[in-house]
Amino acid sequence: MNDTPLWASESFWKKTAIWVTAGSFIILVFLTMDSLSQTKAGSKRVPAYAVINKKIDYVYQKDLHKSMPVIGDTELLFGKEYTEAEAEQLVMLGKKTTQAKNCMNCHTLLGNGAYYAPDLTKAYLDKGWVNKEMRDDMMVNFLMDPEKNARTFGSNRKMPNLNITETEAKGVVAFLKWMSSIDTNGFPYNFKTINAED
Amino acid sequence: MNAKELCEKSRACLADFTTWVALDSSNLSAGRQLAVKYFIVAVILFFAQLLFGMIAATQFIFPNFLYSWLDFSVNRMVHINAMVVWMLYGFIGCVYWLLEDESGTDIVGLNLGVLAFWVLTGAVTLVVLVYLFIQIGAGNDTTIWLINEGREYIEAPRWADIGIVIVMLIFFYNVVATFSKGKWSGIAGVLTLDLVALAGLYTAGMFYMTNITHDQYWWWWVIHLWVEATWEVLVGVIMAWSLMKLLGVRRQIVTTWLYIEVALMFGSGILGLGHHYFWIGTPEYWLTIGGFFSALEPIPLVAMVVHAMYDAGTHSFKNSNHPAVAWIIAQAFGNFFGAGVWGFMHTLPQINLYTHGTQWSASHGHLAFFGAYATINIAFFYLAIQHWRGDVWMSNGMPNAWRWKWALGLLNAGVLGMTIALLIAGYEQSFIERATEGSTWGGYFSAQNHPSFQSAMVWRWLFGLMTFSGLVLLIWDLLTIGKGETRKTQEIIEH
Repeated sequence: MNDTPLWASESFWKKTAIWVTAGSFIILVFLTMDSLSQTKAGSKRVPAYAVINKKIDYVYQKDLHKSMPVIGDTELLFGKEYTEAEAEQLVMLGKKTTQAKNCMNCHTLLGNGAYYAPDLTKAYLDKGWVNKEMRDDMMVNFLMDPEKNARTFGSNRKMPNLNITETEAKGVVAFLKWMSSIDTNGFPYNFKTINAED
Repeated sequence: MNAKELCEKSRACLADFTTWVALDSSNLSAGRQLAVKYFIVAVILFFAQLLFGMIAATQFIFPNFLYSWLDFSVNRMVHINAMVVWMLYGFIGCVYWLLEDESGTDIVGLNLGVLAFWVLTGAVTLVVLVYLFIQIGAGNDTTIWLINEGREYIEAPRWADIGIVIVMLIFFYNVVATFSKGKWSGIAGVLTLDLVALAGLYTAGMFYMTNITHDQYWWWWVIHLWVEATWEVLVGVIMAWSLMKLLGVRRQIVTTWLYIEVALMFGSGILGLGHHYFWIGTPEYWLTIGGFFSALEPIPLVAMVVHAMYDAGTHSFKNSNHPAVAWIIAQAFGNFFGAGVWGFMHTLPQINLYTHGTQWSASHGHLAFFGAYATINIAFFYLAIQHWRGDVWMSNGMPNAWRWKWALGLLNAGVLGMTIALLIAGYEQSFIERATEGSTWGGYFSAQNHPSFQSAMVWRWLFGLMTFSGLVLLIWDLLTIGKGETRKTQEIIEH
């Protein structure tokens, strides 16, 4: 069978399949190591948890053609300054609560999840919380009793009561504040925050 | 009626059902008896997937429907979990089905395999009952370990994750030990390596992380590298084997094609993972890498269409199982359009910035999972039932052939209709919520309240109902096809 051209032979494609798979996987492993190190909590792209003590904004940068998180001066959450360890504990409680309450099967986080309720990526910065003075308490009250404090925007879609305690609700708000500070390469686009002037 | 009477009544019902179905398991080898166990559970979960999908679709139109009893989050979770699990059951069933034939020997460690089936099925039942009746827990590790991990697609609590890995190891042992005892082949080699990757990747999703960027990074390793890489290769293996059996295609041809598909699939799919890393906090280079490689992902799917259609054409569509071949053709096109075209449409970062997290993904998801994976499993259900009935005739002139044809038509048209409806909703969301209103909560609800979104949800519901009726007809057909048939199957000669 010497007349079989190389590109039509079984063994050629077998070797190609092995080399392509192995090569791609090795590249992925290297990129993974780099990506994980660039996105550690405390890196430029993913701020340390203590960022919850700061003012966070998301501002359009004309030169970059996208919005970027802007970390400002002190703006305490629930009137308390957290150490990095305390902040991590609080954000962890919030993250575990979002998992335990299955938030991702109605909402999206970083754009991933279900599409029955709004995206949570920059939810902490949303204009829907009226003003910054009211925001933190409003969010806690909403999470603890979403039926009574329903925010349906005329859709008739209400968040159910998920038995979230006050401590858990504060954790969720801390988690949302921290998540809003992540550099998401300009997603969501054209987002006007609670700080932006109309 | 007391418990004893109820028990007797259900036993009598089961006996009546068994008599009516009239399937003779002595027609199947012990390995294939295990395969059909997996297929039966797969069909039950397929039904559950559609049922909970319909409830969730209803809630988009009537938000108060079952509010605070069975909320959208629960229904949607059961909908997608039932889908993932029934497809896995189907794939495992397919592999047990072809294992003895391909290796030329009996399955090694079959009893362990049967035990693993019952353990897995018991675990799945328990997980679903907890999803439905306990639903959520407090924000701590106990909930993650016992109730719900809260991560889309892999919500199963951690205890179940560990159980799944153990069952997969037993399944893997069955496969490798059987090929080692019998004979290896190209198909066997690809299958084994693919199963290593499939089982190994699952463990990447078994850790809690507070850093959501890292959390979603590894989460996509499981979801993407399963669905857009290892599952596709598994389907390539199953397709290769079935083309030989159903059409008589030469082994050398299917094996060479399989290697080409593996090269193209892994060559594009592994780094195509990058299209999930555009917006989760990961570095900007993923925009280029993810965009480029995921744009290549449709190529192997085109190759698969060419392969299946060319082989079917050169054999003049002469085959021993008409419904199975029809579903394999549906797979080739469904995979290409659902996974390939619909994926490509929103995979480049320039468009994905506006479509990410909208009904575009749901549109793509519906056509891709159905087209790529539901179809091939259904083809195998028909293959299994043919042998279960004693290798009967399932070609030209079958009685009641309208049933499989209508089931095929209703299921395909239903899913396609849902896909288009969701695509319209996705377009509308991209324009109004994303581009115009900048993805605020107000923007989200403006898009949800828009008449074109609302009517899309009604159309989705109607096409969902069409899909559901197609499934009911499919189940009826699977239970009755070939019953009373005395002619033996059409001989297929390899050429």
